[in-house]
Amino acid sequence: MRSWMVTASMVVLGATAVACGKGGPQAGPSGSAQPATTDEAKTAPPKPEQDKSQPIKVGVLHSLSGTMAISETSLRDVALMAIEELNAKGGVLGRKLEPVVVDPASNWPLFAEKSRGLLQSDKVAVVFGCWTSVSRKSVLPVFEELNGMLFYPVQYEGEESSYNVFYTGAAPNQQAIPAVEYMMSAKGGAAKRFVLLGTDYVYPRTTNKILRYFLQSKGIADADILEKYTPFGHADYQTIVAEVKRFSAGKRTAVISTINGDSNVPFYKELANQQVKAEDVPVVAFSVGEEELRGIDTKPLVGHLAAWNYFMSIDTPENKVFIDKWRAYVKKANLPGGDKRVTNDPMEATYIGIQLWARAVEQAGTTDVDAVRQALGSQSIKAPSGFEIRLDPKNHHLHKPVFIGEVQANGQFQVVWKTEGPIPAQAWSPYIPESAKKVADWTYPWLCGNCTEAKVKSAPKG
Amino acid sequence: MAPTRAFVRAVLASLVFAVLLCAGRARAGDLEAALGAFGDGEPEAVAAAVTRLGALGDPAALPALEALRDGRLFVDADGNALVEDAQTKTLTRAADGQRVDPRPLRLKTAAVNNAVRRALLPALALLELRAPDPNQRRAAAEELAKRPLDEAIPALRAALARETDGDAKTAIGLALARADLASDDPERRIAAIRALGESGQSALKEELTSLVSKRDDGSYVEPDPRVRDAAGSALSAIERKQTFVGFAGNTIYGLSLASVLLLTALGLAITFGVMGVINMAHGEMLMIGAYSTYAVERVFEQHWPSAFSYYLVAAVPTAFVVCFAVGVVLERAVIRFLYGRPLETLLATWGISLMLIQTVRIVFGAQNVSVANPPWLSGGAHLADGLVVPYSRIATIVFALTVLAFVGYLLKRTRFGLQVRAVTQNRAMASCLGISTARVDMWTFGLGSAVGGLGGVALSQLGNVGPEMGQAYIVDSFMVVVLGGVGKLVGTVVSAVGLGMLHKYLEPIAGAVLGKIAMLLFVILFIQKRPQGLFAMTERQA
Amino acid sequence: MSTDPSPTTAPRGRYVLHTKTGWMVFAATATIALVVVPLLNRLPSESSVLHVPDFAVPLLGKFLCYAIVALALDLVWGYAGILSLGHGVFFTLGGYAMGMHLMRVSAGEGVYRSELPDFMVFLDWKELPWYWRGFQSLPFALAMALFVPGALAFVFGYFAFRSRIKGVYLSIITQALTYAFSLLFFRNATGFGGNNGLTDFKRLAGFSLQDPNTKLGLYVASGVALAASYLLCRFVVAGRVGKVLTAVRDAEPKARFSGYDTVRYKLFAWTMSAVLCGVAGALYTPQVGIINPSEMAPSSSIEMVLWVAVGGRGTLVGAIVGAFAVSGAKSWLTASLPSAWLYCLGALFIVVTLVLPRGLAGLPDAARKLRATFERRRRTGAKVDARASEGVASETREERA
Repeated sequence: MRSWMVTASMVVLGATAVACGKGGPQAGPSGSAQPATTDEAKTAPPKPEQDKSQPIKVGVLHSLSGTMAISETSLRDVALMAIEELNAKGGVLGRKLEPVVVDPASNWPLFAEKSRGLLQSDKVAVVFGCWTSVSRKSVLPVFEELNGMLFYPVQYEGEESSYNVFYTGAAPNQQAIPAVEYMMSAKGGAAKRFVLLGTDYVYPRTTNKILRYFLQSKGIADADILEKYTPFGHADYQTIVAEVKRFSAGKRTAVISTINGDSNVPFYKELANQQVKAEDVPVVAFSVGEEELRGIDTKPLVGHLAAWNYFMSIDTPENKVFIDKWRAYVKKANLPGGDKRVTNDPMEATYIGIQLWARAVEQAGTTDVDAVRQALGSQSIKAPSGFEIRLDPKNHHLHKPVFIGEVQANGQFQVVWKTEGPIPAQAWSPYIPESAKKVADWTYPWLCGNCTEAKVKSAPKG
Repeated sequence: MAPTRAFVRAVLASLVFAVLLCAGRARAGDLEAALGAFGDGEPEAVAAAVTRLGALGDPAALPALEALRDGRLFVDADGNALVEDAQTKTLTRAADGQRVDPRPLRLKTAAVNNAVRRALLPALALLELRAPDPNQRRAAAEELAKRPLDEAIPALRAALARETDGDAKTAIGLALARADLASDDPERRIAAIRALGESGQSALKEELTSLVSKRDDGSYVEPDPRVRDAAGSALSAIERKQTFVGFAGNTIYGLSLASVLLLTALGLAITFGVMGVINMAHGEMLMIGAYSTYAVERVFEQHWPSAFSYYLVAAVPTAFVVCFAVGVVLERAVIRFLYGRPLETLLATWGISLMLIQTVRIVFGAQNVSVANPPWLSGGAHLADGLVVPYSRIATIVFALTVLAFVGYLLKRTRFGLQVRAVTQNRAMASCLGISTARVDMWTFGLGSAVGGLGGVALSQLGNVGPEMGQAYIVDSFMVVVLGGVGKLVGTVVSAVGLGMLHKYLEPIAGAVLGKIAMLLFVILFIQKRPQGLFAMTERQA
Repeated sequence: MSTDPSPTTAPRGRYVLHTKTGWMVFAATATIALVVVPLLNRLPSESSVLHVPDFAVPLLGKFLCYAIVALALDLVWGYAGILSLGHGVFFTLGGYAMGMHLMRVSAGEGVYRSELPDFMVFLDWKELPWYWRGFQSLPFALAMALFVPGALAFVFGYFAFRSRIKGVYLSIITQALTYAFSLLFFRNATGFGGNNGLTDFKRLAGFSLQDPNTKLGLYVASGVALAASYLLCRFVVAGRVGKVLTAVRDAEPKARFSGYDTVRYKLFAWTMSAVLCGVAGALYTPQVGIINPSEMAPSSSIEMVLWVAVGGRGTLVGAIVGAFAVSGAKSWLTASLPSAWLYCLGALFIVVTLVLPRGLAGLPDAARKLRATFERRRRTGAKVDARASEGVASETREERA
């Protein structure tokens, strides 16, 4: 046996040698040990076709199968609706928009592969996509390498600002912090004890970290904070709800839920079954919107809360138009669910993103990513939420209003609190010591999304 | 309880009620003002009015408060609060009790939010302390214990003095305990502590703990050593009870998880165990069963809303038939070509499962759908402080047992079962004896799928109903079947119960994830000991 | 069995891996993959028809890694009869070993500019856990990429084979193994980045991972690894070990009674298979740019089995073809038919099992047989039972054993 084992190892060694020999010279551009800065890494951006007859390609990167299809499919639908609407008005720069829809199938590596395909093969001008933080993190290097442009429409944990990404969802200070402040106020029930309950991934972990620092700064002791994580797709909340009940005995308690989509149904059903009522232990959720409530029988949940930048129930003319458009589109495209389809915050964010991008392209007169990025900094739009929403050229986030709503029996939210106007996003949370010093500013002289000092050191005076 | 005594008590109670009613009328001005405030659009004003009504203690406010709680309080265009009667649906003005006819066209539901509800519940409870039904009085006292309110203390004391029912008296005593803990009278403090200890309720555990703790300067918070002793023993009594409740809770949670595992695995035990088909599409049978339930629910909601609470009764046979049909079609179209090649069935059924998921996604949409629990399955049985067993869980356990009995009967006591067992043991011989093995295969696969569908009905009451829901259960189901021993229904039952209990006992110690990992490791190790599962089939050499 | 193109029917002789034609095909394929594709990527202008675009290189590289996994799986399934539903765990562990190295060499360039990986910063960890030590060295990481999957497979296999667990029982506990590991790695507290896994890699051995040249280098390395793995597997199955393994697959008790220590042979194939998966994982991570526990989820492992099944098991070549066909189809269909691709893939699996029980590798054979059937039918005019011609009966016997 031994003789051939030796042979085998020689084969492996030989193969390695061959690999080195072949890989070496090709893979070794001298001096590439330095991390490629954004500028160096830019390969030639796809030259915009100036031919009017050529449509502008727009990528839509949302999972249509796999676990995330539940949430992401309606974002694809609303993106297609917005594109159709723009085309009906004659397109952008006189050219039609052509959506390129791909299915990354809730598979994070596939997100990176698909975005590479969209940028390099389809040469799309912009991509609207991603939902989970991990999918965004997975495509981020691709967009930065190829200087693409991504509009990310979902509320997220912050701690990021990329030159190539525009964040149209909420940062923590536009959702989580106001919600917790509300729960601590007399109006919200003056909670003294908090359960931070989440699915075990980066968004809940980071949000809860920020919230813990925040609560500590408000004088809440660590003993009054219970932090609990469940895995993705967790479906059995008997033990955890019983623990929440035990923890809430004695002090006014609020549950801050960052439980991800799928687990919410069993969680809320268990709450209802174990008779945890919103009057006693209110649950405020950051990932539960109208779309998620469609999968839940809401009668036992009345009074539980959610914090968003948009609710379908907001009574403004802009929202009425938005909902009517959506209803008409659902009917026309014969989407499943029919008249039970609803609008929600990420859908509004997707819609706003596409509108802002189209305006910026019109202003820039080209789909060139760098030009559009410049133009985007001065865009604003009257959003369905009724507020004038502005894109912050510094950190690439939106200024957004915050609403807190209580679940109603009909699956909608009743707004119980809102900010006076849009509030600017903090890409880096001031409550986390590591990020408090960081600045996200893509304007001169900072030119950086993650710095403690400006890129351009001494700005010339005068 | 003697009927005469109950009668006398009821009469007395209504007398007291009537007297109070008369007394209340004297302050009718206040009452009307407060009731009028219900028409205010601002929840704050409504909440303030509710609190005022509770403090007034006038039972005349009860109908309006109950209407507010149940969402039957409306506001007309002029800002008048109108109460809708629960049965007759007629409207009366809250402030003066005037009938409003005809019904105004534009009615808004009164502004209710958590703040209003938080004010509403104790206010209602205060009024209900005087209700004629002792159970209602007890519930009211429990509500007030949960939400301590300084204004409630005199009312509670008065209620305690006139209370005759034992349970209600205890409940009122407990509601007063927090106030009594701060009393100057040590005897009163001891009595309150004793009551707390006996009840075993954890709500005031922290207060008790602080009583026995020392201040920074070394002196005790509680000066009286007798009170401290009482607090100490009450604390240990509460802890004992909590340990017991925790254990009982875990047992029940374990049984309930076991019933879910059993329902999801039983169908698989038939197709996999009896037929040797590795049916990766079994999870999709659960999904189709759940979607059948959803479809039935929608039909009932639209066509027979009056019978809505019984839609589940119709859903069970529907899911059974639908999944049976799907199973038979699959067997005829694909599976029958693959008998004896279990690993190929894995491949083909995986393909089938992808197609079924996508079909459902296209027909019903990618989003989850909501299946409402019928009213008789909502809520739960309050077994002890901190232990509520939801009716849906109890129903699942019962349902699992029923399905098990049904399958057992079918396989052990019917001619069809006899044929199935014959084909399982020796296909060639069975065929020689005139059994149409092809037909038996078809029926068996249909049965396995249909039982999966029944599992789906149960799952629709507990969790998500979405296109991918089956995927979450398929791995666990395979574990259960294999651990029990392929081809042995008894084994499936034992392993479902074993794994369910193991998981739920481990979960509080190790957390949900590590508990599950431990469970999987247990399966791996157990198979080392018994490579053919818990109940091994006697080895036959082919 | 006589129609089975298993290696036992390959030319006799101890170390003959291929016929002359076989070697020529191998050489041609290897040349195309290792020389022609890179040249087509570098030389022609971007507008040329022959140009292999930059984005296709890591994609092909990924398929090459998958092909190594399929090969490894075919070694145990096709030759030793061990159907593993848990090979994803070996692949992913190899990937994590490389990912940990990539994280370590990118230290200080993450979002928080910390020496620790970003996910440890948000978990508030102050120092590296012990199991992250040493990974800043590439040779150590590579050694671990081979050793960890190999050791896990050895321990697992030792107990499982000693207890004589076989068939579906073995398949299910391998599934339990990968499921348990995926749950463990999904936990953020475990220290491998939780659901996000490891990502945001910057460079490998000093070369920037964003550089197309590095990507090409990794592609070539994967191609070489695949070729080497193929030869290694061919070498194993053509030799004595392969014959014993085939005997184990077809009638383990008989092999045992003939005096072979079947546990040792199975364990060898099993461990070697896991090590190959580790190699594939280590090459996969830098090309894809992310490694996360969903690669360990049971469904990913089932997908790996599907590559082999579609390609045709027990042929080695079939496994490679299957991996390319299935993952290629998936990549292509998710972009071109985003809402119907699951139907195509599902139908592919069903059709292959029903019509091509020996997979794509059995296609030439099936075509030949079909032609023969037509010939016969034309000659005799008699109806021929289609089932018999597919050789269902012989397959049945093999599985039941």
